[in-house]
Amino acid sequence: MGFSHKHLLGIQHLSEDDILSILDTAESMAEISTREVKKVPTLRGKTVINLFFEPSTRTRSSFELAAKRLSADILNFSLQASSVTKGESLRDTVLNLEAMNPDAIIIRHAYSGAPHFVSTFCRSHIINAGDGSHEHPTQALLDAFTIRQEKKKIKGLKILIVGDILHSRVARSNIFLLNKLGAHVVLVGPPPLLPSIFTSLNVEVSHDFDKACIDADVLMMLRIQRERQEKYFFPSIREYRELYTLSKKRLKKAKPDAIIMHPGPLNRDVEIATDVADSVQSVILKQVENGIAIRMAVLYLLLGGKSREMSD
Amino acid sequence: MKCLIKNGRVIDPASGTDDTLDILIEKGKIAEIKSRIESSNIRTIDASRLVVAPGLIDMHTHLREPGREDKETILTGSRAAAKGGFTSIACMPNTYPVNDNAGVTRYILTEARKTNLVNVFPIAAVSKNSESRELTDMADLVRAGAVAFSDDGLPVADSQIMRRALEYSKPLNKLIIDHCEDMSLSANGVMHEGFYSTLFGLNGIPSSSEEVLVARDIILAEKAETSVHIAHISTKGSVYLLRRAREKGIRVSAEVTPHHLLLDDSLLETYNTNLKVKPPLRNKEDMAALLEAVKEGLIDAFATDHAPHTPDEKNVEFDNAPFGINGLETAVSLLLDKFVTKNILSLEDFIRMFSTNPARLLRLEGKGEIKKGADADLTLLNLRKEILVDPNKFESKSRNTPFTGWKLKGRPEMTIVGGRIVYSARP
Amino acid sequence: MEEKIKARVMDSRKINRSLARMTTEIIERNRDLNNLVVVGIRTRGIYIGKRISKLIKDLEKVNTPVGVLDITLYRDDFSELEAQHMVKKTEIKFSVTDKDVLLIDDVLFTGRTIRAAMDSLFDLGRPRSIQLLVLIDRGHRELPIRADYVGKFLPTSKREMVQVRLKEVDEEDEVLITEPAGIE
Repeated sequence: MGFSHKHLLGIQHLSEDDILSILDTAESMAEISTREVKKVPTLRGKTVINLFFEPSTRTRSSFELAAKRLSADILNFSLQASSVTKGESLRDTVLNLEAMNPDAIIIRHAYSGAPHFVSTFCRSHIINAGDGSHEHPTQALLDAFTIRQEKKKIKGLKILIVGDILHSRVARSNIFLLNKLGAHVVLVGPPPLLPSIFTSLNVEVSHDFDKACIDADVLMMLRIQRERQEKYFFPSIREYRELYTLSKKRLKKAKPDAIIMHPGPLNRDVEIATDVADSVQSVILKQVENGIAIRMAVLYLLLGGKSREMSD
Repeated sequence: MKCLIKNGRVIDPASGTDDTLDILIEKGKIAEIKSRIESSNIRTIDASRLVVAPGLIDMHTHLREPGREDKETILTGSRAAAKGGFTSIACMPNTYPVNDNAGVTRYILTEARKTNLVNVFPIAAVSKNSESRELTDMADLVRAGAVAFSDDGLPVADSQIMRRALEYSKPLNKLIIDHCEDMSLSANGVMHEGFYSTLFGLNGIPSSSEEVLVARDIILAEKAETSVHIAHISTKGSVYLLRRAREKGIRVSAEVTPHHLLLDDSLLETYNTNLKVKPPLRNKEDMAALLEAVKEGLIDAFATDHAPHTPDEKNVEFDNAPFGINGLETAVSLLLDKFVTKNILSLEDFIRMFSTNPARLLRLEGKGEIKKGADADLTLLNLRKEILVDPNKFESKSRNTPFTGWKLKGRPEMTIVGGRIVYSARP
Repeated sequence: MEEKIKARVMDSRKINRSLARMTTEIIERNRDLNNLVVVGIRTRGIYIGKRISKLIKDLEKVNTPVGVLDITLYRDDFSELEAQHMVKKTEIKFSVTDKDVLLIDDVLFTGRTIRAAMDSLFDLGRPRSIQLLVLIDRGHRELPIRADYVGKFLPTSKREMVQVRLKEVDEEDEVLITEPAGIE
């Protein structure tokens, strides 16, 4: 029992036990956020740095609140990803921050593998808050937590992940995680954004959203970025909407108690119809709420959770 | 001025020689080759238990000078070459400024002469500033000493320019070497597109990016009734195109690097920027196809694509790192250990691909063969000695190798250029 | 770690008797039993708490709610590296503000658990009073804490360990003194 990793870089290398221990810990953490005094002294004296090289409000503030509810001190750095030619290198930036003796660095970066690179020369615990198109482990964990909360299980559920799979770190982390927990994962999207190579990740690939919707338990919609259109991944938003928007009509094909998820921020009426996003089946705001509990659990397991058996 | 190399196993693929012979060197040339040459009063090198090969030639090196002397200079690159067993290197034109005019070519030759180590043969640009818009003054460049043309680092992107270059250069009898890459297909890719790029979330460079241009170049060479050379071939599909072209009698040649034969894309799991090369490390199937093509003799030459970069440039996020790895000081030992000592490739084929053929492709007179009157450029190889790859001991300025810590059996023992020992592993 | 049982100091009968005795003391001391709430510290404090609550009901027909406190997040020994401690849920479904809280643990030793439990309780509200009940007080206090109700005082050496086993989780009711074995 226990979580023995120094960093949280991704889901791919976590075991099923690791994942369950994070989810179970998060159950206990969720209770704290319901109290009048939403704070425990667990990480008193610990310093956590939020180092964000990409704009983010949701993930950054979620980590910030998580750290604060555990009484850790948190510093926020929002920087523009420095290119090779201008500005300080990532290595120098991180080494400077490390000189301030933090206990953990939470890093969000536009390049895949940046947190892995940082972990090769850092003393601090590194938490990946999203790297390029690679992984976003805490998002997948909070998604799993939400699914478990709503469906009481994950194994055997038919879970659709829909949209720009190719560029999505949320999709990758969810594929790894949901596979480990035994879900039936179906990816849906236009072929350029969902190349057939994804089948080798042990998931089903579909380009027919209507058909894929049948009997779905969970519909996880991904944000579609308009920039992709410029790179010829699909012809137009109008056509994308035609084929891959989650509409009321499509939703009806799923199981009646299917839940709708989205990592945010929403493009209303692009990947998801606005009435669907606001329907009773939507758990999008619960995802946000659960994000805090998951991130508290991750911080606790990495920074605080080690102790000898209490002697009395 | 005389020197005798005694008792070596002399292998010269050009003449089909593989025998224990003595070689007498006089005035920088090979004066005599016989089973026994009298050795009194002559400086003698005991080559018993060593292989004596015609000097190895790396037809694809980046020396970075002029312009990026922080990465490498003609001097440090030449030292690295000598240590790596090379008597000649051909350097690519992507310097600052680009080697697209006789002035830069002459500068490189002058600096190389000052170093007085290995032969440096400049490859000039196909197009001005390698921008694929205007042809360089090719005849002028040849007069200045350019041995071939390439826009390496970049492809000759414009098909019309490529066609005209192939046509125009015909009377010059110099090879056009193309870095085959359709940049619009590579887009912002940083590794081979496939299972592992999907897993690691890195942007992929598809095989098609190379194959589309290999096919184009083959077609253009056929129509122009001339030859073309594919630099650092890396995919199974390119091998297929090469085989088809050869069967049709089209004069297309190709080179392959040791790293494309030995490393595959699964290794990028660590996001180690010393595995970031162009073309990218492909998958195991591609590796197998390349090796097969080497064994068949379909691929003509080995080349290092020695691409030095500073540690700071490589010590960054994977996307931000420049493409390329150090190659001169590891290539020979890698191939000897992984292929020759394991009997996958004969010593003769190894020498053919790293000396005989590069000399022929680059039209280097008196190189790539051991015969009376040829230049006394020789590489002595020790197949029994092991090396440990330690970048801190590199002569090159750069340290960007993925082979750190590899133990390899077989090493260059001595490098002789024009009868002069420019490197010796002996104390 | 291998353990060697040195003595069995209480059995089911003895445990029940001391719980009954302590219940009488609680009733005597708390005039307003309706204001009393029971909070058991994970894990065995919960079951002792439930038994006490039932005894109070049997004797006085008063329902005393039982809550569960997990003090992991309030411990003061986090940086001492060793195996990870799993956090479990605190489940107190009632307000503790202005209540007389009866805090229950199985063994009182250094006092650190009780310190953490009191911190935790104060984050949940402001009780009117806190009383402490333990089945075993084994001495060796490191903080100025004492129990209001004690099942049994048990002098021990620091090396020894006291194990309270309850049939809700451990098959049978008993209190054992054990010692790490195999140290040569």
